[in-house]
Amino acid sequence: MSNSNRNPSKINGINRRQFLAQTAKTGCVVGMVGMGLTTVATQSKHLDPQAIRPPGALNEDDFLSACVRCGLCVEACPYDTLKLARWFEGAATGTPYFTARDVPCEMCDDIPCVKACPSGSLDHSLTDINDSKMGIAVLIDEKNCLNFKGLRCDVCYRVCPLIDEAITLEMQRNHKSGHHAMFLPTVHADACTGCGKCEHACVTEQAVIKVLPAEIALGKTAEHDTYQNTEATTLEMLNKGLSL
Amino acid sequence: MTHSSKPKTERFAEEAINQLGWFGAHKFLLLRRLTQVAVFSLFAIGPALGLWLLKGNLSSSILLDTVPLSDPLVTLQVLASGHLPEASLLIGALVIALTYAIVGGRVFCSWVCPVNIITDTASWIRRKFKLPRINALPKNLRYYMLALVLLLPMVTGVTVWEWMNPVPIVYRAALFGAGSGLWVLAMILLLDTFVAERAWCSHLCPTGAMFSLIGKVSPIKVSATNAKDCNNCMDCFTVCPERQVLKPVLRKGATELTINDSDCTLCGRCIDVCAPRVFEYKNRFNTQNSKRIPLKVESN
Repeated sequence: MSNSNRNPSKINGINRRQFLAQTAKTGCVVGMVGMGLTTVATQSKHLDPQAIRPPGALNEDDFLSACVRCGLCVEACPYDTLKLARWFEGAATGTPYFTARDVPCEMCDDIPCVKACPSGSLDHSLTDINDSKMGIAVLIDEKNCLNFKGLRCDVCYRVCPLIDEAITLEMQRNHKSGHHAMFLPTVHADACTGCGKCEHACVTEQAVIKVLPAEIALGKTAEHDTYQNTEATTLEMLNKGLSL
Repeated sequence: MTHSSKPKTERFAEEAINQLGWFGAHKFLLLRRLTQVAVFSLFAIGPALGLWLLKGNLSSSILLDTVPLSDPLVTLQVLASGHLPEASLLIGALVIALTYAIVGGRVFCSWVCPVNIITDTASWIRRKFKLPRINALPKNLRYYMLALVLLLPMVTGVTVWEWMNPVPIVYRAALFGAGSGLWVLAMILLLDTFVAERAWCSHLCPTGAMFSLIGKVSPIKVSATNAKDCNNCMDCFTVCPERQVLKPVLRKGATELTINDSDCTLCGRCIDVCAPRVFEYKNRFNTQNSKRIPLKVESN
C-alpha cells in the first residue's frame, strides 16, 4: 500500500490496467443487475387477472411507476379488502390489490384508500366512488349460471350497489319449456365499478360472474370502424335512399 | 493490514468487556437494537393494537395522521419514472432528507434499517467461525447501484428497484403478512456470510449510498478524540462495517480526528469495543471551533 502511494504512475493505489479492469468489472456487475431487475419487474408486470386494483388506480403501467408500496391504502381500508401483493403471487410485489371473491370493495362514500395514497397512484381526482373503475364484472360462464338454467337466482343483481344500472335482468323466453321466462343478469360496463360484490355473492361453487381488469374484460372496436351505431347508420342510409 | 504492534487478545473485544462490563462494551449496539425495534413497534402497534401513531411503512408513512414521511430514494424513483406524485410524498421525502442531513445520513442504516440486523448477524457469524475476510467488491459499487436504481425507472417507466428493495420487504412481511419476499433477506444473509464481507450494506445498498450522500452535511460525527491512547488492538477495525473510514483518523500523525467520511454509519460499535476509549460522538463544528482557538490567538 505504502509502495503504491509513492509510485507516481498510480492514482489511489491502482494502476491504469487495474483501473480499467475494475471499471469493466463494475460495469458488467451493474449491467447484469440492471438487466436481471428489469426482467423480474417486466415479467411480474403481467397482473394476476383476479387481483383487482383499489378504486382510482391509474392504468397498470402508470400505477407501477407511481405506487411506492407503502400500504397506506391497505391500512386506510376499513373492511380488510385491500392486501399488499406478495412475491410469487402475480401482481407486482408490495402493490395493493383485492380478490373480489374473498372480500369485495364496500365502495365507501369518502374513499379513504384514495385519500391515504401519498403518491397519487390512486387518483385523488376520484371523488365519487360510483365513478371508479376497479374492473368490469363479466358473466363469464353462462352454462353454469342458475338464471340461464331457467331458475330465478338473481343474487348478483340484488347485491349490486348500482342495481338496475350496472347489472340489469333481461327477460327472455325460455326455449326449453316454451312457456317460461328467463331473467338473465346483464352487466353494463359503463356503469360497473368493479367492486366485486356480485362475484363475492355468486352462489355457485366457482363464481360464474367475475370481476376482471378493464383491459382484459373490455373489447375495443377498431379505430377505422365508423359504423358504431348501426341502427342510426342504417336509418341514415335508408333516408338517403340507398339500398341495403 | 491487520498486523498489530501489540499481540491481540484471543477473544474479540475482551479488554473492553473486562474494563466496562458486558453492557458497557455493548452500549451502542443495545441502544441501536432498541431504536430499530422501537421504530418498527411504532409501525406495528397500529395494525396489532389499533394504536395508529405511524401508518404505512418505511417507503412512505404518515405520523399521527399529519406529518408525511417518505423514503427519498423511492420518491426519486417515482419522479424518474415520469410520474408527478401528490405533494405529501414530496414533502415526506423532504422531511426525511432534512432529518438525516441533521442527525447523520447513515444513522438510518445502523439505527433504523431492519436489514442492518441481518448483516450484523452475518458479520457476527463470520467472526465466530473465523471466516476469511474477503473484500472482493469495490466500495463505490453502491453509487453505481444508486445510479442504476434511478436510471432503470427512466428506461422502463416502472419503479423497478421496489420489486427487490429489501428495506421495505421486512416491514411489508411483518406488517402486511407479505412474508414470501423474505427470500431476498435470506440471500443477503448468505451473501454477507459466505461470499463477501459486509457485501450488502457497505458495498451494494443504494439506499445506504443515498443516505451517505445526504449525511455529507451532517454535523454529527464519530471522532477519535483520544487517538493518542490507541493501543492498536484492532478491535474497532474488526467490528466496523466501513473500516476504511477509520484509517485516516487512526493513522500515525493524523491531524484530523473527526471521521468525516460519510460512509461511517455512526453505529458506535468502535466506541463500544475500544478499551482505551479512543472514540466518541462529536459535533464536528464544535471540534473545528476548538481547533481554531490557537489560530485566533495567532492572528491577534
